[in-house]
Amino acid sequence: MSILINSQTRVICQGFTGKQGSFHSEQAIAYGTKMVGGVTPNKGGQQHLGLPVFNTVHDAVRDTGANASMIYVPAPFAADAILEAADAGIEVIACITEGIPVLDMLNVKAVLASDYPEVRLIGPNCPGLITPGECKIGIMPGSIHLPGRIGIVSRSGTLTYEAVAQTTAVGLGQSTCVGIGGDPIHGMDFIDCLTLFADDPQTEAVIMVGEIGGSAEEEAAHFIAEQFNKPVVAYIAGATAPTGKRMGHAGAVIAGGRGSAEDKFRALEHAGVRIVRDPTLMGKAMAELLGHARA
Amino acid sequence: MNLHEYQAKALLARFAVPVSPGLVVNQSVEAAPERLPASQDGRWVVKAQIHSGARGKAGGISLADSPEAVQTQAAKLLGRTLITAQTGSTGLPVHQVLIEPAVAIARELYLAMTIDRQSQRVVVIASAEGGMDIEEVSEKNPGAILRLQVNPTVGLMAYQARQLAFALGLTNSAFKQFPALLRGMYDAFIAEDADLIEINPLAVTQENHLLAVDAKITIDSNAAYRQKALFDQRDLTQEDPTEVAARSSGLNYISLTGEIACMVNGAGLAMATMDLIQSAGGQPANFLDVGGGTSTEKVAAAFKLILANPRVRAILVNIFGGIVRCDLIATGIISAAKEVGLTIPTVVRLEGTNAAEGRQMLADSGLGLIAENDLAKAAERVVALSNGVPQ
Repeated sequence: MSILINSQTRVICQGFTGKQGSFHSEQAIAYGTKMVGGVTPNKGGQQHLGLPVFNTVHDAVRDTGANASMIYVPAPFAADAILEAADAGIEVIACITEGIPVLDMLNVKAVLASDYPEVRLIGPNCPGLITPGECKIGIMPGSIHLPGRIGIVSRSGTLTYEAVAQTTAVGLGQSTCVGIGGDPIHGMDFIDCLTLFADDPQTEAVIMVGEIGGSAEEEAAHFIAEQFNKPVVAYIAGATAPTGKRMGHAGAVIAGGRGSAEDKFRALEHAGVRIVRDPTLMGKAMAELLGHARA
Repeated sequence: MNLHEYQAKALLARFAVPVSPGLVVNQSVEAAPERLPASQDGRWVVKAQIHSGARGKAGGISLADSPEAVQTQAAKLLGRTLITAQTGSTGLPVHQVLIEPAVAIARELYLAMTIDRQSQRVVVIASAEGGMDIEEVSEKNPGAILRLQVNPTVGLMAYQARQLAFALGLTNSAFKQFPALLRGMYDAFIAEDADLIEINPLAVTQENHLLAVDAKITIDSNAAYRQKALFDQRDLTQEDPTEVAARSSGLNYISLTGEIACMVNGAGLAMATMDLIQSAGGQPANFLDVGGGTSTEKVAAAFKLILANPRVRAILVNIFGGIVRCDLIATGIISAAKEVGLTIPTVVRLEGTNAAEGRQMLADSGLGLIAENDLAKAAERVVALSNGVPQ
């Protein structure tokens, strides 16, 4: 088991024939992901990377039975691509694209909530998600992953890779890793992922990687205290970030005295989460917590 | 991207939000008496245009009681550097001054719109206690802050505006004006891709009319491609020159006050690297994200930015090569180090795809680059180097 995606997931790529879409589709295929095609308007009927290209997501779903999509289309067209996928019945949509205007995402989320409540949107501005050894949808390096016991959910890209590499190094491995993205308005949040990890027998514990800004970590802490029963290790990036400076991600800013790393650490610790203030110790802390000696 | 007050007011005026007639002067356009906007009581407000609040206390806003006084006061502000509670010690240069007729104010309200992440909606925030720092109001008297959410399907509704107008205690002409003002503000927010529109104070004049006395607008940088006219107004003199240069190279750089520069791929990892430097006893000189998938050109540009800061005493490069191979990054680091004549001690941590090859290349380069693959140790070593302890 795992969450969201597995070896049976049938994946298409939107923006398939573009530079990013081509490169990452190739990587996904090489990893063993069951890629079944891609979408580029006006290139329908062609073959690309040995797979069929479709004009619309509806066509792709009808002909391939696709149920997941990874989106690499440029930011001005990304909101449209997300809603096209939702309308075509795609269940898991990972939008890797960065730089989408926040009002576009506000509208996308409103439409998803009203018309397509069953859709799982991951991102935008995220590395995607991976179930190691089975299905890779995104830009993460496949080689650092190891099929295993830890669920990872993170707001950051390369910092997710740190958590992955560390859990691989201690031999714990990962069930599924979800990069939820660094934008203020995005799809699945910490709580959505924790809810799925709670019901996944393969996931024994979760590493949560947060960052400054917003209150998603505090809300997750509340959720964990109330109803999440698996061990959690958490790290929050940006303890030294000054107030009012936006640290790269549109969402990472301490505004109005709120959203500091300290607030988040405190809330998580209070919820019984094992917090680590040193990002190099996520894997070790998890191994200790699970009483896991390296084989 | 921040707009100046005069730009924000011009934008709001297009959406029928009441603002005073203003005259913008700079060093080549004088505040000639015949050009001044009409003033009822013969007094004008002279306001320095910088990207900062708290201008009044810093001497950036003054009242002038004659056209001659307007001229002198405007001339005095132009070309000056203002240091406010929000600018930091370097301050910001004044290149424009806004002149408006003075207004007799009966009450000062607070009115703002922004995006609330939790509800994923545009929210209106208002308070009858305007004119001061809203964060202070919200801390001391949270009940004085009014909030409402806008459903994007229908936009801002008239009942919401009425509700707010009643709650703010508006009456007669001001009450009647409010719904159109709020609707105009919302339309501006949506049409112009705003992140924030803040009117503080929103004045109720002695004639019981509403007037935006000060306005602050931030535009979503991701919307630059469709807000070209606004982004053409961007005043780069109000921004850190290094941050501006970084943006043009596709890098995300923020100046900080310490001595240890860092160069990292990914925003989260960059913040984590800063945190590690501090926990090892050092202070980061900057935040620098070269992007999740970086290139040799970007690495070279990043080195140049870092080295332009005279405070830097040591450098930590931290790259988790996922899609980008570490041997390519090593090539970029080596060529950049040669090109800029790198003499500052540099610790490089490479992890991920082809990391071993990359480290070997650094070791063989003869440039004195220190490869350290343990991130925690890399942070400790760079801090030691910044203190002059050889590694």
